[in-house]
Amino acid sequence: MTYSEYKKGFMTGIPIGLGYLPVSFTFGLMAVQGGIPLWLAVFISLSNLTSAGQFAGTTLILANAGYFEIVLTTFVINLRYMLMSLSLSQKLEPMVTTGKRLVIGFGITDEIFALASLRQGKISAAYMYGLMTTPIFGWTLGTFLGGYTSSLLPDALQNAMGIALYTMFIAIIIPPAKKSKEIRIVIILSIAITCILKYTITAISSGFQVIIATLISASIMAIIAPMNHSDENEKKEVER
Amino acid sequence: MKAFFCVILMAVTTYIIRALPITILRKEIKSQFLKSFLYYVPYAVLASLTFPAIFSSTGNMATGILGTITALILAYMEKGLVLVAVLAILIVYFSAFFL
Repeated sequence: MTYSEYKKGFMTGIPIGLGYLPVSFTFGLMAVQGGIPLWLAVFISLSNLTSAGQFAGTTLILANAGYFEIVLTTFVINLRYMLMSLSLSQKLEPMVTTGKRLVIGFGITDEIFALASLRQGKISAAYMYGLMTTPIFGWTLGTFLGGYTSSLLPDALQNAMGIALYTMFIAIIIPPAKKSKEIRIVIILSIAITCILKYTITAISSGFQVIIATLISASIMAIIAPMNHSDENEKKEVER
Repeated sequence: MKAFFCVILMAVTTYIIRALPITILRKEIKSQFLKSFLYYVPYAVLASLTFPAIFSSTGNMATGILGTITALILAYMEKGLVLVAVLAILIVYFSAFFL
Protein backbone atom coordinates (compact mmCIF):
# COMPACT_ATOMS: atom_id res chain seq x y z
CA MET A 1 0.00 0.00 0.00
CA THR A 2 2.61 2.51 1.11
CA TYR A 3 5.06 1.23 -1.47
CA SER A 4 2.58 1.58 -4.32
CA GLU A 5 1.83 5.14 -3.18
CA TYR A 6 5.55 5.89 -3.17
CA LYS A 7 5.90 4.44 -6.64
CA LYS A 8 3.01 6.53 -7.97
CA GLY A 9 4.60 9.67 -6.60
CA PHE A 10 8.00 8.64 -7.94
CA MET A 11 6.68 8.14 -11.47
CA THR A 12 4.88 11.49 -11.38
CA GLY A 13 8.08 13.20 -10.24
CA ILE A 14 10.34 11.92 -13.02
CA PRO A 15 9.46 14.64 -15.57
CA ILE A 16 10.09 17.31 -12.92
CA GLY A 17 13.50 15.83 -12.14
CA LEU A 18 14.45 15.76 -15.82
CA GLY A 19 13.20 19.32 -16.26
CA TYR A 20 15.38 20.44 -13.36
CA LEU A 21 18.60 19.14 -14.97
CA PRO A 22 19.24 21.99 -17.45
CA VAL A 23 18.20 24.70 -15.00
CA SER A 24 20.41 23.40 -12.20
CA PHE A 25 23.19 22.83 -14.74
CA THR A 26 23.10 26.55 -15.50
CA PHE A 27 23.07 27.31 -11.79
CA GLY A 28 26.15 25.16 -11.19
CA LEU A 29 27.92 26.78 -14.11
CA MET A 30 27.09 30.28 -12.93
CA ALA A 31 27.95 29.66 -9.28
CA VAL A 32 31.33 28.02 -9.93
CA GLN A 33 32.19 30.54 -12.61
CA GLY A 34 31.40 33.31 -10.12
CA GLY A 35 33.84 31.84 -7.59
CA ILE A 36 31.77 29.45 -5.45
CA PRO A 37 33.62 26.13 -4.91
CA LEU A 38 32.04 23.15 -6.65
CA TRP A 39 31.18 21.33 -3.41
CA LEU A 40 29.46 24.43 -2.06
CA ALA A 41 27.44 24.91 -5.25
CA VAL A 42 26.22 21.32 -4.97
CA PHE A 43 25.49 21.84 -1.27
CA ILE A 44 23.47 24.99 -2.07
CA SER A 45 21.21 23.01 -4.41
CA LEU A 46 20.85 20.09 -2.03
CA SER A 47 20.07 22.25 1.00
CA ASN A 48 17.99 25.01 -0.62
CA LEU A 49 16.13 23.27 -3.45
CA THR A 50 14.79 26.51 -4.93
CA SER A 51 15.50 28.23 -8.19
CA ALA A 52 14.91 31.97 -7.84
CA GLY A 53 15.71 31.90 -4.11
CA GLN A 54 19.10 30.24 -4.37
CA PHE A 55 19.99 32.08 -7.58
CA ALA A 56 19.37 35.39 -5.82
CA GLY A 57 21.11 34.28 -2.63
CA THR A 58 24.15 33.10 -4.57
CA THR A 59 24.25 36.36 -6.54
CA LEU A 60 24.30 38.22 -3.22
CA ILE A 61 27.02 35.96 -1.76
CA LEU A 62 29.14 36.68 -4.83
CA ALA A 63 28.45 40.41 -4.35
CA ASN A 64 29.73 40.01 -0.77
CA ALA A 65 26.41 41.07 0.77
CA GLY A 66 25.76 40.90 4.51
CA TYR A 67 23.97 38.06 6.34
CA PHE A 68 20.86 40.10 7.04
CA GLU A 69 20.39 41.09 3.40
CA ILE A 70 20.81 37.49 2.30
CA VAL A 71 18.31 36.16 4.82
CA LEU A 72 15.78 38.90 4.08
CA THR A 73 16.06 38.45 0.31
CA THR A 74 15.72 34.66 0.61
CA PHE A 75 12.75 35.17 2.88
CA VAL A 76 10.95 37.59 0.56
CA ILE A 77 11.57 35.58 -2.60
CA ASN A 78 10.46 32.34 -1.01
CA LEU A 79 7.46 33.76 0.84
CA ARG A 80 5.12 32.27 -1.74
CA TYR A 81 6.08 28.78 -0.50
CA MET A 82 4.14 29.64 2.62
CA LEU A 83 0.97 29.73 0.58
CA MET A 84 1.78 26.46 -1.13
CA SER A 85 2.70 24.84 2.17
CA LEU A 86 -0.55 26.07 3.65
CA SER A 87 -2.53 24.77 0.72
CA LEU A 88 -0.79 21.37 0.83
CA SER A 89 -1.48 21.05 4.54
CA GLN A 90 -5.19 20.95 3.66
CA LYS A 91 -4.55 18.41 0.93
CA LEU A 92 -2.54 15.92 3.02
CA GLU A 93 -4.33 13.08 4.77
CA PRO A 94 -5.16 14.44 8.24
CA MET A 95 -3.40 11.59 10.04
CA VAL A 96 0.00 12.42 8.53
CA THR A 97 2.21 13.01 11.56
CA THR A 98 4.16 16.16 12.38
CA GLY A 99 7.47 14.37 11.77
CA LYS A 100 6.41 13.39 8.27
CA ARG A 101 5.10 16.87 7.58
CA LEU A 102 8.52 18.27 8.51
CA VAL A 103 10.09 16.06 5.82
CA ILE A 104 7.45 16.86 3.19
CA GLY A 105 7.89 20.59 3.87
CA PHE A 106 11.45 20.41 2.57
CA GLY A 107 10.27 19.26 -0.84
CA ILE A 108 7.75 21.99 -1.62
CA THR A 109 8.78 23.59 -4.90
CA ASP A 110 6.54 25.24 -7.48
CA GLU A 111 6.47 22.14 -9.68
CA ILE A 112 6.10 19.56 -6.91
CA PHE A 113 3.33 21.66 -5.43
CA ALA A 114 1.63 21.98 -8.81
CA LEU A 115 1.59 18.22 -9.42
CA ALA A 116 0.58 17.38 -5.86
CA SER A 117 -2.35 19.80 -6.04
CA LEU A 118 -3.50 18.38 -9.35
CA ARG A 119 -3.95 14.93 -7.85
CA GLN A 120 -7.50 13.96 -6.98
CA GLY A 121 -8.43 13.61 -3.32
CA LYS A 122 -6.19 13.55 -0.26
CA ILE A 123 -2.54 12.63 -0.63
CA SER A 124 -0.38 10.42 1.55
CA ALA A 125 3.09 11.04 2.94
CA ALA A 126 4.46 8.13 0.86
CA TYR A 127 3.17 9.73 -2.32
CA MET A 128 4.87 13.01 -1.43
CA TYR A 129 8.17 11.24 -0.65
CA GLY A 130 8.01 9.57 -4.06
CA LEU A 131 7.19 12.83 -5.77
CA MET A 132 10.19 14.58 -4.14
CA THR A 133 12.78 11.93 -4.96
CA THR A 134 13.74 12.53 -8.60
CA PRO A 135 13.47 16.34 -8.45
CA ILE A 136 15.90 16.52 -5.50
CA PHE A 137 18.27 14.13 -7.24
CA GLY A 138 18.01 15.92 -10.61
CA TRP A 139 18.49 19.35 -9.07
CA THR A 140 21.65 18.26 -7.24
CA LEU A 141 23.13 16.23 -10.10
CA GLY A 142 22.55 19.04 -12.63
CA THR A 143 24.35 21.49 -10.35
CA PHE A 144 27.34 19.17 -10.06
CA LEU A 145 27.56 18.64 -13.82
CA GLY A 146 27.25 22.37 -14.53
CA GLY A 147 29.82 23.29 -11.92
CA TYR A 148 32.20 20.59 -13.09
CA THR A 149 31.93 21.72 -16.71
CA SER A 150 32.46 25.38 -15.83
CA SER A 151 36.26 25.25 -15.58
CA LEU A 152 36.50 23.61 -19.00
CA LEU A 153 34.93 26.58 -20.79
CA PRO A 154 36.99 29.33 -22.50
CA ASP A 155 37.07 32.78 -20.81
CA ALA A 156 35.05 34.58 -23.51
CA LEU A 157 32.25 32.07 -23.14
CA GLN A 158 32.39 32.36 -19.35
CA ASN A 159 31.93 36.14 -19.68
CA ALA A 160 28.94 35.61 -21.92
CA MET A 161 27.51 33.17 -19.36
CA GLY A 162 27.23 36.08 -16.93
CA ILE A 163 23.93 36.98 -18.55
CA ALA A 164 22.45 33.48 -18.18
CA LEU A 165 20.76 33.95 -14.85
CA TYR A 166 19.11 37.22 -15.81
CA THR A 167 17.78 35.88 -19.10
CA MET A 168 16.16 33.06 -17.16
CA PHE A 169 14.48 35.56 -14.88
CA ILE A 170 13.21 37.32 -18.00
CA ALA A 171 11.91 34.02 -19.37
CA ILE A 172 10.06 33.47 -16.08
CA ILE A 173 8.32 36.85 -15.79
CA ILE A 174 7.54 37.82 -19.40
CA PRO A 175 4.97 35.12 -20.33
CA PRO A 176 2.68 35.87 -17.34
CA ALA A 177 3.24 39.60 -17.93
CA LYS A 178 1.84 39.20 -21.44
CA LYS A 179 -1.40 37.92 -19.97
CA SER A 180 -1.81 40.17 -16.95
CA LYS A 181 -1.79 43.96 -16.88
CA GLU A 182 -1.30 43.90 -13.09
CA ILE A 183 1.85 41.82 -13.44
CA ARG A 184 3.18 44.19 -16.08
CA ILE A 185 2.60 47.14 -13.78
CA VAL A 186 4.24 45.51 -10.75
CA ILE A 187 7.29 44.65 -12.89
CA ILE A 188 7.62 48.22 -14.22
CA LEU A 189 7.11 49.72 -10.75
CA SER A 190 9.70 47.43 -9.23
CA ILE A 191 12.29 48.24 -11.92
CA ALA A 192 11.59 51.97 -11.62
CA ILE A 193 12.08 51.90 -7.85
CA THR A 194 15.27 49.83 -8.22
CA CYS A 195 16.69 52.37 -10.69
CA ILE A 196 15.77 55.31 -8.48
CA LEU A 197 17.44 53.68 -5.47
CA LYS A 198 20.48 52.65 -7.48
CA TYR A 199 21.15 56.01 -9.09
CA THR A 200 20.05 58.44 -6.38
CA ILE A 201 20.67 56.84 -2.98
CA THR A 202 23.87 55.05 -3.88
CA ALA A 203 24.59 54.05 -0.29
CA ILE A 204 21.98 51.26 -0.44
CA SER A 205 23.44 47.86 -1.32
CA SER A 206 21.99 45.79 -4.15
CA GLY A 207 20.27 43.33 -1.80
CA PHE A 208 18.35 46.07 -0.05
CA GLN A 209 17.46 47.70 -3.36
CA VAL A 210 15.69 44.48 -4.29
CA ILE A 211 13.94 44.18 -0.94
CA ILE A 212 12.74 47.79 -0.85
CA ALA A 213 11.61 47.74 -4.49
CA THR A 214 9.70 44.50 -3.90
CA LEU A 215 7.99 45.57 -0.70
CA ILE A 216 6.88 48.91 -2.15
CA SER A 217 5.74 47.70 -5.59
CA ALA A 218 3.95 44.57 -4.35
CA SER A 219 2.22 46.56 -1.58
CA ILE A 220 1.05 49.25 -4.00
CA MET A 221 -0.38 46.62 -6.34
CA ALA A 222 -1.96 44.66 -3.48
CA ILE A 223 -3.79 47.85 -2.50
CA ILE A 224 -4.85 49.14 -5.92
CA ALA A 225 -5.38 45.75 -7.61
CA PRO A 226 -6.15 43.05 -5.03
CA MET A 227 -6.61 39.55 -6.42
CA ASN A 228 -10.23 38.45 -6.42
CA HIS A 229 -9.93 34.71 -6.61
CA SER A 230 -8.53 33.05 -3.55
CA ASP A 231 -7.07 30.13 -5.48
CA GLU A 232 -5.20 32.41 -7.87
CA ASN A 233 -2.32 32.72 -5.40
CA GLU A 234 -1.83 29.04 -5.10
CA LYS A 235 -1.40 28.23 -8.72
CA LYS A 236 2.15 27.85 -9.84
CA GLU A 237 2.88 31.09 -11.51
CA VAL A 238 6.53 31.84 -11.45
CA GLU A 239 9.16 29.21 -11.72
CA ARG A 240 9.38 26.42 -14.19
CA MET B 1 33.71 30.08 5.29
CA LYS B 2 31.45 33.13 5.29
CA ALA B 3 29.88 31.83 2.08
CA PHE B 4 29.16 28.48 3.75
CA PHE B 5 27.48 30.21 6.67
CA CYS B 6 25.39 32.29 4.23
CA VAL B 7 24.25 29.09 2.52
CA ILE B 8 23.21 27.58 5.86
CA LEU B 9 21.21 30.72 6.63
CA MET B 10 19.52 30.56 3.22
CA ALA B 11 18.68 26.90 3.69
CA VAL B 12 17.27 27.40 7.18
CA THR B 13 15.21 30.44 6.10
CA THR B 14 13.79 28.58 3.11
CA TYR B 15 13.05 25.49 5.16
CA ILE B 16 11.20 27.37 7.89
CA ILE B 17 9.01 29.10 5.30
CA ARG B 18 8.09 25.79 3.70
CA ALA B 19 7.81 23.53 6.69
CA LEU B 20 6.03 25.73 9.22
CA PRO B 21 2.65 26.20 7.55
CA ILE B 22 2.25 22.56 6.53
CA THR B 23 3.21 21.46 10.03
CA ILE B 24 1.52 23.99 12.26
CA LEU B 25 -1.02 26.18 10.54
CA ARG B 26 -3.98 24.41 9.06
CA LYS B 27 -6.13 27.46 8.51
CA GLU B 28 -6.43 29.45 5.30
CA ILE B 29 -4.93 32.93 4.94
CA LYS B 30 -7.87 35.32 5.10
CA SER B 31 -6.25 38.69 4.46
CA GLN B 32 -6.96 39.86 0.93
CA PHE B 33 -4.02 42.25 1.12
CA LEU B 34 -1.58 39.56 2.21
CA LYS B 35 -2.74 37.15 -0.47
CA SER B 36 -2.43 39.77 -3.19
CA PHE B 37 0.91 40.94 -1.86
CA LEU B 38 2.31 37.40 -1.94
CA TYR B 39 0.97 36.94 -5.45
CA TYR B 40 2.91 39.97 -6.72
CA VAL B 41 6.15 39.39 -4.80
CA PRO B 42 7.91 36.94 -7.15
CA TYR B 43 7.45 39.19 -10.19
CA ALA B 44 8.64 42.24 -8.31
CA VAL B 45 11.72 40.41 -6.97
CA LEU B 46 12.80 38.94 -10.29
CA ALA B 47 12.26 42.23 -12.14
CA SER B 48 14.28 44.15 -9.59
CA LEU B 49 17.09 41.56 -9.62
CA THR B 50 17.28 41.65 -13.41
CA PHE B 51 17.04 45.34 -14.27
CA PRO B 52 19.25 47.23 -14.58
CA ALA B 53 21.90 44.67 -13.48
CA ILE B 54 21.57 42.61 -16.67
CA PHE B 55 23.09 45.36 -18.83
CA SER B 56 26.44 45.14 -17.06
CA SER B 57 26.37 41.37 -16.55
CA THR B 58 28.67 40.54 -19.46
CA GLY B 59 31.36 43.13 -18.75
CA ASN B 60 30.40 44.96 -21.96
CA MET B 61 27.32 47.17 -22.03
CA ALA B 62 26.75 46.73 -25.80
CA THR B 63 26.70 42.93 -25.71
CA GLY B 64 24.66 43.08 -22.49
CA ILE B 65 21.96 45.12 -24.22
CA LEU B 66 21.96 42.80 -27.25
CA GLY B 67 21.61 39.77 -24.98
CA THR B 68 18.78 41.44 -23.08
CA ILE B 69 16.87 42.19 -26.29
CA THR B 70 17.37 38.58 -27.43
CA ALA B 71 16.02 37.27 -24.14
CA LEU B 72 13.03 39.63 -24.15
CA ILE B 73 12.02 38.59 -27.67
CA LEU B 74 12.38 34.86 -26.97
CA ALA B 75 10.59 35.13 -23.64
CA TYR B 76 7.78 37.00 -25.36
CA MET B 77 7.52 34.07 -27.77
CA GLU B 78 7.22 31.90 -24.64
CA LYS B 79 10.33 29.82 -25.28
CA GLY B 80 11.64 27.71 -22.38
CA LEU B 81 14.16 28.95 -19.81
CA VAL B 82 17.03 26.96 -21.18
CA LEU B 83 16.55 27.96 -24.81
CA VAL B 84 16.27 31.63 -23.85
CA ALA B 85 19.46 31.44 -21.79
CA VAL B 86 21.46 29.50 -24.39
CA LEU B 87 20.54 31.75 -27.33
CA ALA B 88 21.16 34.93 -25.35
CA ILE B 89 24.58 33.60 -24.31
CA LEU B 90 25.46 32.75 -27.91
CA ILE B 91 24.41 36.23 -29.11
CA VAL B 92 26.51 37.84 -26.37
CA TYR B 93 29.45 35.54 -27.12
CA PHE B 94 29.54 36.14 -30.86
CA SER B 95 28.66 39.85 -30.77
CA ALA B 96 31.61 40.40 -28.40
CA PHE B 97 33.93 39.84 -31.38
CA PHE B 98 32.48 42.91 -33.11
CA LEU B 99 31.37 45.28 -30.32
